[in-house]
Amino acid sequence: MSATRAEVCAVACAEMFRGDGEIVAAAVAGMTPALGARLARSTFEPDLLTTDGGPFLTAEPVPLGAPAGIVEGWLPFRDHLWLVLNGRRHVVLGPSQIDAYGNCNISNIGDWARPKSQLLGSRGAPGNTRCNTTSFWIPKHSTRVFTERVDFVSGIGYDRGAFELRGVVTNLAVLDFATPDRRMRLRSVHPGITVADVVAATGFELSIEDVQETRLPTDEELRIMREVLDVRGFREREVPS
Amino acid sequence: MSGKVVSIEEVVGSLSSGMTIGIGGWGSRRKPMALVRAILRSDLTDLTIISYGGADVGLLCAYGKIRKLIAPFVTLDSIALEPHFRRARQNGTIEFAEYDEGMFMFGLYAAAHRLPFLPTYAGLGSDVMRVNPSLRTVKSPYGDEELLAVPALTMDVALVHMNRADARGNALYLGADPYFDDLYAKAADRTYVSCEKLVDTADLLKEGPVQSLLISRAQVTGVIETPNGSHFTTGDTDRRDEAFQKHYVAAAADPDQWAAFRARFLEGDEAAYQDAVRRWQEDGK
Repeated sequence: MSATRAEVCAVACAEMFRGDGEIVAAAVAGMTPALGARLARSTFEPDLLTTDGGPFLTAEPVPLGAPAGIVEGWLPFRDHLWLVLNGRRHVVLGPSQIDAYGNCNISNIGDWARPKSQLLGSRGAPGNTRCNTTSFWIPKHSTRVFTERVDFVSGIGYDRGAFELRGVVTNLAVLDFATPDRRMRLRSVHPGITVADVVAATGFELSIEDVQETRLPTDEELRIMREVLDVRGFREREVPS
Repeated sequence: MSGKVVSIEEVVGSLSSGMTIGIGGWGSRRKPMALVRAILRSDLTDLTIISYGGADVGLLCAYGKIRKLIAPFVTLDSIALEPHFRRARQNGTIEFAEYDEGMFMFGLYAAAHRLPFLPTYAGLGSDVMRVNPSLRTVKSPYGDEELLAVPALTMDVALVHMNRADARGNALYLGADPYFDDLYAKAADRTYVSCEKLVDTADLLKEGPVQSLLISRAQVTGVIETPNGSHFTTGDTDRRDEAFQKHYVAAAADPDQWAAFRARFLEGDEAAYQDAVRRWQEDGK
């Protein structure tokens, strides 16, 4: 079976959770990371705890947009905020800007005192990046998002004391911070994408050596996405082919 | 036992300009909107608002009621960005103390426990420290860690919306998330609880388990029965009126449409609001 770009992205998001074990996957950044977390739990990371997108920890990984079904736990907002400090949590953030060290912005564009565009506010990004594992999902890789400097440091990068920034999945590539100085590195490009495409869409210098092709979904992963977890095809709306 | 049942107008009449007011709920969820709407109709101004912000903050911005906002975000959840809050920030008409949401919770905990601050890592290293220059760090007396000392979020008044309450002020929630309403009630000098339905004390536990009795009368000054009073945020069904929220956001994008929205929904009292919403819903069918 051949995979769509969205399916490659979802599997790349799932891979972010590899090795996490019995912790909460908080994939708040969109449909693709939510699908990735539930796919990881359905395959190689069965101990992962996943939610219905609300306060319920579900007994099984539930399809996107489906009700919780059998509930195995309760995680209201106050317990999410506790869990951030406790650390047994891996969040996927969807920033509007990110720099080479992983500092990210969900707060505002322009000068904070009187922004050109006010966004959400810092929300949980400062504590998340300081206290629990964080990955990033960026559905439109561009120089607007990958910037030399972010206008506001909502989530902190490795140069400001981040706990663990596992990686960045975009519609073009997978990136991480596995370099001596912890600047962002291009780890793999998705099928059909070149290194030059990623460089052109990135507003700072990337570490580039030994770039692989992003792993393709297995037939079993494709079956689970198409027939179980995302029958309605939310993933294709977030990452059009 | 003297009853604490009061009217919306009595609550708002007891407030004064310049006060610090905490508003319960989260984003566009179980917000005490009937009380917020009454503040819109009042002469109150210059308020400091403490909120996990949603439509409450948006409307208060639209009416120019806020001098300073302390919040980690303002969102309508299913619609990520709040249009009136954005405009107020982009026009520079409100002061904004931007917090991390966990740090904000520790500020509520500190106030609820009458502590001057609580230490946390959340916020350290981020621009939250840069734009709130009054924030201080503290060194652990047991080790070398440097921590952010989150100041107590004390407040003059808290406004929360619960599903059930009795006339004494005991209040219960029926949804899947308590949010932080108990902390607001404990942090404030005075707390007013609006509720979907007033019930006899003897019937409280017919509504939900004892764990859902989130707020004690010891923390409550007044109780107001406001059926559908959290509209258009989530209420008794734990669902928000998504169609109406969309209508609100669309109207906010255009000055004429916003004037029409105000005239249609917000100029009368709470009963007039609920009537206008019912008519709007019937028109849509």
